[in-house]
This record gives sequence, C-alpha cells and structure tokens, in this order.
Amino acid sequence: MYPIVRKEKLADKIFLMDVKAPRVAKTCEPGQFIIVKIDEEGERIPLTICDYNRKAGTITIVFQTVGASTERMQYLEEGDSFQDFVGPLGCPSELVDTDIEELKKKKIVFIAGGVGTAPVYPQVKWLHEHGVDCDVIMGSKTKDLLILVDEMEKVATNLYVTTDDGSYGFHGMGTNQLQQLIDEGKTYDQCIAIGPMIMMKFVCLLTKELGIPTIVSMNPIMVDGTGMCGACRLTVGGEVKFACVDGPEFDGHLVDFDQAMKRQQIYKTEEGRAMLKLQEGDTHHGGCGHCGGDK
Amino acid sequence: MDVLNKVPVREQEPAVRATNFEEVCLGYNEEEAVAEAGRCLNCKNAQCMKGCPVSINIPAFIQEVKNRNFEKAYEIISESSALPAVCGRVCPQESQCEGKCIRGIKGEAVSIGKLERFVADWARENGIRPKKAEKMNGHKVAVIGSGPAGLTCAGDLARLGYDVTIFEALHEAGGVLIYGIPEFRLPKQKVVAKEVENVKALGVKIETNVVIGKSTTIDELMKEEGFEAVFIGSGAGLPRFMGIPGEQANGVFSANEFLTRNNLMKAFREEYDTPIMKGKKVAVVGGGNVAMDAARTALRLGAEVHIVYRRSEEELPARVEEVHHAKEEGIIFDLLTNPTEILVDDNGWVKGMTCIRMELGEPDASGRRSPVEIKGSEFDMELDTVIMSLGTSPNPLISSTTEGLEINRRKCIVADEENGATSKAAVFAGGDAVTGAATVILAMGAGKAAAKGIHEYLSEK
Repeated sequence: MYPIVRKEKLADKIFLMDVKAPRVAKTCEPGQFIIVKIDEEGERIPLTICDYNRKAGTITIVFQTVGASTERMQYLEEGDSFQDFVGPLGCPSELVDTDIEELKKKKIVFIAGGVGTAPVYPQVKWLHEHGVDCDVIMGSKTKDLLILVDEMEKVATNLYVTTDDGSYGFHGMGTNQLQQLIDEGKTYDQCIAIGPMIMMKFVCLLTKELGIPTIVSMNPIMVDGTGMCGACRLTVGGEVKFACVDGPEFDGHLVDFDQAMKRQQIYKTEEGRAMLKLQEGDTHHGGCGHCGGDK
Repeated sequence: MDVLNKVPVREQEPAVRATNFEEVCLGYNEEEAVAEAGRCLNCKNAQCMKGCPVSINIPAFIQEVKNRNFEKAYEIISESSALPAVCGRVCPQESQCEGKCIRGIKGEAVSIGKLERFVADWARENGIRPKKAEKMNGHKVAVIGSGPAGLTCAGDLARLGYDVTIFEALHEAGGVLIYGIPEFRLPKQKVVAKEVENVKALGVKIETNVVIGKSTTIDELMKEEGFEAVFIGSGAGLPRFMGIPGEQANGVFSANEFLTRNNLMKAFREEYDTPIMKGKKVAVVGGGNVAMDAARTALRLGAEVHIVYRRSEEELPARVEEVHHAKEEGIIFDLLTNPTEILVDDNGWVKGMTCIRMELGEPDASGRRSPVEIKGSEFDMELDTVIMSLGTSPNPLISSTTEGLEINRRKCIVADEENGATSKAAVFAGGDAVTGAATVILAMGAGKAAAKGIHEYLSEK
C-alpha cells in the first residue's frame, strides 16, 4: 500500500498529493511518470511526476478530475492509501542528460497548459537548481484554474501567466504570448510544451514556423506502462513508438497529433458511462444511450 | 470399462459457455479420476516422464490416485512441479507426456493432464499446502518476474532454504497466467492466486509494482540490497504489429492489450473501472494459443469473431483442444488469408480490413511450406475491431540496464540450457526471456534448471 501523506486542492477540480513510494522516489527523474491504481476494482492511471523528495521517499502527483477514476481519486484523504503505485516509468527528460554548460548557453522556453503545469514544474526546478535560466509561459482557461503560480515564480527566470478569458495575466493562449515575446525581440533555441494534446499541437505549428525545436510530453491512453501492450502507440516521424517506453517526450514537430487525438477518444463513451454510473449511482436508469437502461 | 479410451471429462455446453467467463472444462471427480488412473500400465521404463519438461514421476502419482491416496499423489507431483493446477490445465499434453504414453499407440493416451489437475484441485480444496524448508541457509536470491519461470525457480530455491524475493512489475503476481490466459481456461482467484499463495507458503516474498530497469536495477539489487544471485524470468511481453497501413486506427489492439484489459483488469466485470471495446465484428490476426484466447474472449463479450491466419489449419500453432473449443463456440476460421491494409473511417475508427488469399508453396529448406499470395485475390472484410496476435519478443528494459548481460539478435538473453547461467556472474535466466515466446511448462522447466544452477553456484562460492 502507498499512503497519501499530503493532499491539497490547488484549484477547482485540481488536486495535489504526496504519496509515499520510496523505491520510486529513490530513482525518478524529471520527465518520468508513474501509474497509480486506487483499489482492487480501479484502473491503472498514468500521471507525470510533479515533484519528488528522495529523503522522505515521497512523490508528488497532480491530477484534474476528468473521468470516473480521477473523480473517485479526489475523495481520498491524507492517511488513505493507493493499492498500487508503480514507477518511475518512461525516459527522463532529455535536459537531465544534457551537459549543464551546453544548457546554460541555450535560451529555453516552457509552455505549460492547464494541469500540464505540474509536470513542467520539476523540469524548471531542476534547471534552476543547476543554474540554468529559462522562461515559462503558463496558461489556463480562467484565473480559478491556475496552479503552482507561486512555486513557478520562484524557479523560472521570467514567468508569463496567461488566461484564455483574460481574468488574470495576459489575455489569450500560450501561443499568443509566445508570438508576442518573439515580436518584442526575444529569441529561443528550445521550447518544451506540456498540456492538452490540442494545445501542444498548436504550439508545434507555431514553433515550426518560428524554427524553434520543440519537445512535447505525450499523454495517450495507457494500460501497463511498461511496453507490453501498445495501447499508447503513436506515430512519430513516420515510425510507430510506444509513449510509455520510448517517451513520453518526443520531438513535437514529428508527432502525428491528429492521429494521437483520435486515439484518445477510443473509450469516450465508456468513460462517460462510468462517470454517469458514479454520479447517479442506483438512480441511473438509462438515458445515456449506452447503459441498456429502459429509456 | 473401455480401456482404450479416456474417461471423458465434463465440460460446459458450447452454447452456454460462449456467453460466460466460467471455466470450460469442469475436470474429473474422484470416481472418474480413479477410473482413469486404472488405465495406466505403470510402466517400468515410463516414456511419459521423458515427455514432461519437469520430469514429474507420473506412474507413481497415478498409482496413488488409483489407490485413492490423493494426498500422497500431491506430494509426489510437488517434488517436481510448483504449479500443478496450472499445468494440468494449460500444458500441451498431446505433444508432451501424453504424446509419449504407451496406451496412446493403440487407443487413447492416459489423461495425465486431467489427473494432475484433479490431484492439485483436490489438494487445494482439502487445504493441503506444500512443505516449507526445515531451515534457512542464509543466502538471498532475487527473482525478476513472477510468471511460471520465476515462480518455479523461487519455489525450488525456497525449498532448499534460500531467502527468496520475487520482483514483479505489474500489480499482481502470475505473469501470463494472470494477464494472458483467460479466466475460462485458467480461473484467476480459484487457481492462479492459490498457486501463488502456495509459493508464498514456502517462504517466498513477492514485491509487486517494481519495474527492474526503472525502479531499480539488477546491479543495484546485488550491490545495495545484498542479493547474491539473480534469476531473470521477465518473459517476452513486447507485442509485434504487422506494419500495414491503418494499424494505428481506433479499434486495432495488440492481443496483449486486449487480454490484459480483460484478464488482469477484469474489464468484463461491471464493478471494475477499466473499459474494453466490445466489438460487433472482430478479426483476430494470427493462429497461436494467444489468438484463440483473444478470439474466444471477444466472442464472450458479444462479438462475431473471425480468426484470420495466413497458413492452413494443419499449421495452426494453437493447441488442438483450443482450436476445437473455439470452433464449437462459433469462431469462424478464415484460413490462407492475410491482411494487407486496415480500412479506417473519417473519425479514425476501423471499418474493415483488406485481405489477400494465400496458397502454400513448395517446402523451403526447413521443410515448411510457406504461404504465397494469390495475385488479384484481394477482398474486403467489414469489421469494427482488429486484434493483432502475431507473437511477442522480450522487453529490452532489463538487458539494456544490466551491464555485461549478453543478448542475441532476437533480443533474447543468452543463457545455458543446463543451469541457466548467463554471461554475467551470479545472474541466471530462463523462460521466454531466453527462448522467446514458448509454453508455460518450458518456462517452468527453465526455472527449475536455473534453481539447480543457482544452488550449485552458491554452494561452491
């Protein structure tokens, strides 16, 4: 069992948890992910590692309630445990293996979208700890959904916050903010974008035009996370890759985003059905069109 | 009594079982088992034993069944096998023990597998456990992977007094017994979980959720955690795809994914969270046991299912019994047929598959007739799901993170057949990680050989 030692609500529907998992905490690096399973009946959910404390043996995860399982996860409290918690999985971020002096010469910009801010954070923190500068653009739909602003402020060289509705910071999307920075004369040699697939796709379209190499962290459907099933397969540069072992980070200009986004939809109706069952419980008597109820 | 033929075994009716995940074969009861045991000639120079990869003393245990000493029969089997309830169910006995049985020359071989299963089930129902070592020898051994090879190796070492820990990447022990072979052939709670408990009863510790190569490495286990020898039984879990157009469409799954969702994650049961796609019309590409398992699973989820295989029935690599069961249940076999493209609709979903008819050519150097395409014979099948069951290869995670471990060009670990020794001192390996995808019993045989190898190595050290 893997106890939850800290829980915090970061924003509406977004939660942070520190989970005790000493083996994972001992070896994990920024860019890697874990798979968590609530209990016997639970499914295996992949989540990027948001932070870690090797001494305390804890891993920080951040999740947004988007389906039945994350909905169920939000009700777990400090002192409760996950039945299963496995990792670290996937490859560490390329930054970790790059020579520090080389990194110091580079102008790096991160673009984080929504809950994608969580996996960006350990990378920015890692760079900061190694004396490397980087700019961070973080955005969300609206002010209430912004997370980790203070934490990011401490580790980013320049932080640009955006909201789609203009309720806080720059009014617009991360891509608009990047374009503005470029127009103002800034230059970047490397972009790292993490967020919803649609956001990563548009960042890549822009950075391709601007000639900025871009790394993205892909979040396809996964089951085992160790390379044994291929549920997470993607096409990258015309080749089939398994995100769980070959990634999750890839050259964003080579990823087939349209295919990846279609593949994310595979269980949409199943997910919707599970969600309805959870919310309505025994009072759910059909109407969703899939449950075989009497309506 | 008819001595030429096996005592028939009771099975669920095809029409009934096609709609549930309960075990198809119901096994022998005491009377049936005793009657079948009576058919054994108790040969002095027993050929059947030579066909068994772990050399169970078959005539001896069968004589005990005949005399109704079921507990004694279980003891005899346990000397050689850690997983009799599993092997009695999934071994291809027709090409192993039963293939060599003298009774089989004129009539049917003795039903050794069903008798082994009966004894193991009887022991479980009567609470008989294998016996623990009398004293520990103080040596620590790590076993990577809790599939048939790892469980056998761990069980044998524990019986010799070793302090054994199994490391398993998934959240449940059993390997292919848990995620691959379906419930209707091998019940998970009733059989697999109990066999794993038996191995634990021998003193073996099992740590799940540890991915060797990621969570820790073999070198670290030996340097930091005090393990003096390691057995790698990590299997061959990496699925192959065909590389044809459309293969990334929604509705195309590897058999590993489809079976893992259903068996390990229990997607067929309402109360479990993991979803599975219940297709209406499904094609399973391939002809091995895994293909049969995937096809029969899809059928039970409510689909019309086709097996698409490029050779003819004679070459089907699956067990005869499985093919027979699949046919009885209504699986359609499209033989001498090979997919060339998966057809995809505008939303990215499978809508069909283009196939080409094949014929068998002249035998090649290996004596095998390879399938050749018949020009112009392409046709389209309408489908919503395609399951690729083309075989698997070893995952490179362990070999790439263990210094000095030699692998061959098929990414299999190179290990001595006699004792499992690899190119790295104190590291042994066996099962599918060494041979590529094979059978449960061969993996057990390899686990056994390696346990002996490890014992010799640590005794001499």
